[in-house]
Amino acid sequence: MEKDIQLKAEKIIKKFGDDTILNGIDLEVHKGEVVVVLGPSGCGKSTLLRCLNGLESIQGGSITVDNQVLDTKNTKALTELRQKVGMVFQSYDLFPNKTVLGNVIMAPTLVAKRSKEEAIKEAHTLLDRVGLWDKRDAYPRQLSGGQKQRVAIVRALMMHPEVMLFDEVTAALDPEMVREVLDVMLELADQGLTMVIVTHEMSFARAIADRIIFMDQGNVVEENTPDAFFTSPESERAQQFLQTFSFDKKKK
Amino acid sequence: MLDSGFKILFQGQNFNRLLEGLWVTIRISLISVLLSMILGTLFGMFMTLPNRITRWISRFYLEFVRIMPQLVLLYILYFGVAHAMGWNIPAEFASILMLVIWGTAEMGDLVRNALISIPKHQYESAAALGMTKRDTYLHVILPQTFTRLLPPAMNLITRMIKTTSLIYLIGIVEVLKVGQQIIDANRMQYPNGSLWVYAAIFFLYFIICWPISLLSKYLEKRWK
Repeated sequence: MEKDIQLKAEKIIKKFGDDTILNGIDLEVHKGEVVVVLGPSGCGKSTLLRCLNGLESIQGGSITVDNQVLDTKNTKALTELRQKVGMVFQSYDLFPNKTVLGNVIMAPTLVAKRSKEEAIKEAHTLLDRVGLWDKRDAYPRQLSGGQKQRVAIVRALMMHPEVMLFDEVTAALDPEMVREVLDVMLELADQGLTMVIVTHEMSFARAIADRIIFMDQGNVVEENTPDAFFTSPESERAQQFLQTFSFDKKKK
Repeated sequence: MLDSGFKILFQGQNFNRLLEGLWVTIRISLISVLLSMILGTLFGMFMTLPNRITRWISRFYLEFVRIMPQLVLLYILYFGVAHAMGWNIPAEFASILMLVIWGTAEMGDLVRNALISIPKHQYESAAALGMTKRDTYLHVILPQTFTRLLPPAMNLITRMIKTTSLIYLIGIVEVLKVGQQIIDANRMQYPNGSLWVYAAIFFLYFIICWPISLLSKYLEKRWK
């Protein structure tokens, strides 16, 4: 079992000044596993993802990706390691100066030094899969939010990451566009991609997750299977949290 | 009569001499603008470094150059420094130096503002793709700053061209100085000459600066 651990975080501590954001988080993600991180705003779940690919330095503990220790001070090792960890953010972060195709082939050609033809070929396959090959020459400003996020996912996939991190990728989208992005993620999960997802879409979390991590105030409060977590959460904090998503109409 | 003064422009070699003077203006402007754009871009990137010392140095340089009138800077370089060091600096070199010192500071500030207006997640998503700092700047950040930079940079370029009119004060015979010489030489024959000569100079400045703003408008539209 040790062998197929793709990503491992041990006792990671993250502080901004005197504020402790992550208070000794342990996390193991196995190959092909989909882990969904839930929790109230400000519980540190986004920060956790940012630490996992070295966008934030950590003040304690260690992060290992594919048996390689992540060191934010070693720039060269860090850029190499980041190629193994794809990330999609909440904000639409496509490069506005490039077309859809330009966005997705930039890193493969610049960083992975693959040939342009080969990159375009792969881009064709992946963009087709998310239904956006027709939009390859469009600029990001000409796309809807949902389309942008699908392109952002393809852009990350082009680097053949071993783990993908999704940081509230649907939080800034119109409700109608949430679905198209989530469908892409479900398909990726089916294909066996290893993923760590931070989301506020509870029914999506339940459908896609192999395991739920529930965080509060920088700690992992509960770790459970999705069914158990949503039907009978063990911790009081999780029960409380889940209650905020159900509504009862008060009748007079 | 007013119209009789008009002829001063075409008396002898007068018009050719004005054009020669204009060429001096253009040459000095072109060299200074090119150097200022390149050095200013580097200086702008230097200004964004997260380091207290570099920030202090760049702040000092920028304020220093901004507070000082360009003419004073020119005099300091040409008369002050040169004299104190016992150097013999050609006037044209001193002029270019003054324009570049000033232009780099102003351009640097523009580049810095453009750079910090690029959202943080642009840097982060490039980093998350495993891109190096160099590639991130070259392929993601700088191309985006160009469109934002264009209007203020074009404005700076025209300001630099206009500022070259100061350099006749250290003896460079550029378009304005040629104009004065023409007026002086023809004072008896064309008492109204100055109006026409200065109007012609106004027009010459206009025809070099106008295409620049046209180009800027065109590019802005194209890159939108």
